[in-house]
Amino acid sequence: MTVDYGLPLETLTRLRGVRGAMVVSAEDGIVVADALMEDVSGEAVAALAASLAQRMGQAVTATGYAVPTFLHLQTSAGALLIVPTGEDLLLIVFGSPDINVGLTRVEMLNVSEQLH
Amino acid sequence: MSEDIRVMTAQLAADPTSLVFLPLGEALRQRRQLDAARKVVLAGLSRYPDLADAHDLFGRILGDHGDFEQAFDEWGIALRLDPKHAGAHKGIGFLYFVAGKHEQALDHLQQAREARSDDEGVNAAIARVEEALAEQSVGTADGAAAAATVQAPGSAESPDETVRQVFAGLEGAEDGLLLVDQHGRRLGGGLRSPAGEDVADRVSALMSGVSREANRAARLLDIGDWEALTVESTDGNLHLAAPTADTILFVVRDPGIPLGRLAALSDRAAEAARDWLESLG
Repeated sequence: MTVDYGLPLETLTRLRGVRGAMVVSAEDGIVVADALMEDVSGEAVAALAASLAQRMGQAVTATGYAVPTFLHLQTSAGALLIVPTGEDLLLIVFGSPDINVGLTRVEMLNVSEQLH
Repeated sequence: MSEDIRVMTAQLAADPTSLVFLPLGEALRQRRQLDAARKVVLAGLSRYPDLADAHDLFGRILGDHGDFEQAFDEWGIALRLDPKHAGAHKGIGFLYFVAGKHEQALDHLQQAREARSDDEGVNAAIARVEEALAEQSVGTADGAAAAATVQAPGSAESPDETVRQVFAGLEGAEDGLLLVDQHGRRLGGGLRSPAGEDVADRVSALMSGVSREANRAARLLDIGDWEALTVESTDGNLHLAAPTADTILFVVRDPGIPLGRLAALSDRAAEAARDWLESLG
């Protein structure tokens, strides 16, 4: 079955402050689909985000908790948000300082549910 | 149940989005029904997480419970949302006074008076703090400030004692707070799994290089420098920050703790970590 990632990713990029959204392989950080609004090195970002998510997943499980459901990297000028989707994908969104993290999180979880 | 509480409870039941939870929570607090007040305000905060008045009320309820550390966090959140919030300044001023930190107490109480000049309680508190400061200046201050001083680490202490001292006095100082260096070595704090296993060193090792990776991702996206990383899971939340360029602070709490309070706790732990690192020279 072929999954259409285009519409769900577009839904996310329409949110305020969102500059790009990607679906990435959780294991190796390869981009499966993307909707980037600017000239961003999607492959490099995907690889780093996947590595970060993998590391934090290991930390969370080492702590004795269940795998992460949401990761939020806060930065001085924006945010990188990650939602693990199924067993082998990551939904990644990044945005500028005016991104509404709460709303974007809810939409990402909705999209993740659709893709699952 | 008094009539006013009955009426407000009915209003809230009819419209759960109503702001009547604020006077209802305060009325319950004043009648010392603290558990009921706590439930009401937590339900309100779940709908209005950015309402400074709700955090202020929760701070007062926690203060009445004697939970000063969490009360401090709640008032801190209220001040982030509304830097001129009189109730939050008053609450934090009170806590600083209790801790013997009279100058900080005076600063907050004066800010409370600026917003609420007719509050007799604030004016009386300011007079009391000014009196304590005057006594301090002639060397007759009470022992509160001395009692609040954290003992600096000494060379004769065991590593375990040093590990404990980093976050001394903070909630979860030995379970749920970790200070880790850039190589993944634990410098302080502790962490146990829900099953009681000591997982501090294992988790610390996984933190090696996290700061570098987070910064690389942020720079590639041109979104500045990383400041914090929050990770949610169904049975626990994590908050990572970098108190200094070479260290990572790892805070873990159960999911019932709001993320705002987790961030506030992390801020306080980061400050303690920086003080401790500075004390080492």
